Amino acid sequence: MSKTFGDVEAARDLDLRISPGEFLSFLGPSGCGKTTALRMLAGFEAPTRGDVLIDGQVVNQLEPHRRPVNMVFQSYALFPHLSVADNIGYGLRQRRPRLARSVIADKVERALETVRLSGFGKRRVWEMSGGQQQRVALARAIVNEPKLLLLDEPLAALDRKLRKEMQIELQDLQRQLGITFVLVTHDQEEALSLSDRICVMRAGRIVQVGSPQELYDCPASRYVADFVGNSNFFEGRIEEVDGALARLVTGGGQTLAGRASPGLAAGRDGCLSIRPEQIRIGSEPGPGCIEVTVQNRIFLGEHTEYLVRHGGLGNIIVLAPRQAEIGARGFEAGARAFLNWSDEAALILNPD
Amino acid sequence: MTRRERNWLLVAPAGAWFLVMLVLPLSFVFVFSFGERGPAGGYVPAFTLEQYANLPARWTAFKNTMVLAPLGTLAALLIAYPLAYQLAVRTDPRWKTLLLVLVIVPFWTSILIRSYAWIFILGGQGIPALLAALGIEDVRLIYTPFAVTVGIVYGYLPLMVFPIYVALDRLDKRLLEASSDLGARPFATFWQVTLPLSVPGVATGCMLVFILLMGEFLIPALLGGGKVFFVGNALVDLFLQSRNWAFGSAVAFTLILIMLVTVAIYMRLIARLQVRRDDVAIM
Repeated sequence: MSKTFGDVEAARDLDLRISPGEFLSFLGPSGCGKTTALRMLAGFEAPTRGDVLIDGQVVNQLEPHRRPVNMVFQSYALFPHLSVADNIGYGLRQRRPRLARSVIADKVERALETVRLSGFGKRRVWEMSGGQQQRVALARAIVNEPKLLLLDEPLAALDRKLRKEMQIELQDLQRQLGITFVLVTHDQEEALSLSDRICVMRAGRIVQVGSPQELYDCPASRYVADFVGNSNFFEGRIEEVDGALARLVTGGGQTLAGRASPGLAAGRDGCLSIRPEQIRIGSEPGPGCIEVTVQNRIFLGEHTEYLVRHGGLGNIIVLAPRQAEIGARGFEAGARAFLNWSDEAALILNPD
Repeated sequence: MTRRERNWLLVAPAGAWFLVMLVLPLSFVFVFSFGERGPAGGYVPAFTLEQYANLPARWTAFKNTMVLAPLGTLAALLIAYPLAYQLAVRTDPRWKTLLLVLVIVPFWTSILIRSYAWIFILGGQGIPALLAALGIEDVRLIYTPFAVTVGIVYGYLPLMVFPIYVALDRLDKRLLEASSDLGARPFATFWQVTLPLSVPGVATGCMLVFILLMGEFLIPALLGGGKVFFVGNALVDLFLQSRNWAFGSAVAFTLILIMLVTVAIYMRLIARLQVRRDDVAIM
């Protein structure tokens, strides 16, 4: 399906099947069309071309209030004039034929328990903290037992620690309820840790769909490799493709080997991607090692990040675990060091 | 200067104005209302409740005011709300400002001239003549309570539209999406989300219009033609024509009391509907 706003094509040829009970994330920078995709699922936007199907039924013309879909809004969009319990029961009160009050009260109570907010029902929403409001928004959606739960950057407003906690809770909740979750996020870490599958988007198009590990280990393009996790890229010309392996000569004349991503052809431009944590750093030269100068060191607690410079390859980022053999203080800026990595850890890609 | 002293300094001009221009004259009115009319009019000091005992003589003015002011407020609300809703929720932001200016444009002309226009529209040569041409004879509009209500609604509509517009414009539109997403039909969304959240605007608008209407005298004088008169008209008559200051003061003070009591009851009712105290504070 596609969606255009005036002359702007917000989403183009999105073709995606989401399985029941799946946790799928749309990942991409702002303006990549992921929110538009979500809003088409919710029914706030109608596709310009193509169809939205839920359970095999075309729902294009179905208004949001008729869809078996609920959404957790980015800023929660809780009703300020209603109590927490009334917010959660809102969807149930719209049902026709009407549900009995006692039934609604029971379901609300259970939803409150699910999000660990028992006893908060009578509170006003603005008396709640950000994390609590987040849970109310979640409860307000799941209490309706939707077929599809849409989450629009639900954790963006929370601080880092709370975000981690909520990520775990979201995941538990999804397993417990068995509802299909569709999350929109620009936070790759969030997408990686939560999803069964991630759909990476760019400029309105889907660039790759796969499990977090697939995306991380076998990105289909430099864009995905760059967006999902961090990576070092060395550009050059592909010299040889031999089955699963390929060889690339960089502009500086360095020959590097790595796994070949599909569709590589010798003689064309290519790009080698190596994750910072796959690079070993040491003080002694060895076979296959390249010599570098340490430019900068960032202490990250369990890891140390080095920015090093190589004569031919330029700047390289290395993420090293804290190990005794490197020495307690690691490498100082200006120090000589040696890098190596296995060919299997590197991936040669077509440039975008 | 301490912070406290500075705060006092800041409110001093408004405070002085309030004291000299409101509290002081009101005290005079209060004192005068227990006095007597002098032989040639004006006021003679006394302490008597005679003026208050005479109030029933002006019953019609009180009755008209107390019926037509709430009625006019209600009519203005019913007309202003859909207009404000259309402007705030449905209108393309590019047109909002222009349309809002159109709502204020009538204020650029004196209410006197605008009310005169209504005399012609409602008078013999206006709508009744038009109806007569259609075969509906003997319709009398001018100098009726209807004419006064029309004038009131026309004159005070912008005062009602603006606060409601502001409340609806401030309304987070994502709440409407959330309501729809949760299964509420459009009317249910209006009833359960839009309307309750616009209560502060409605309250402010009603208050503004109602208070001003209680003291209105120009529109009843012109469109009521001496047949439909408000307490305001009675006051003009008592102070300027018959120069009975003592009785005028008693009438004025009674009007103020009625207004205060009504407003207090109204605030109570609104506060009960209201969730957030700080929303009431914009009044």
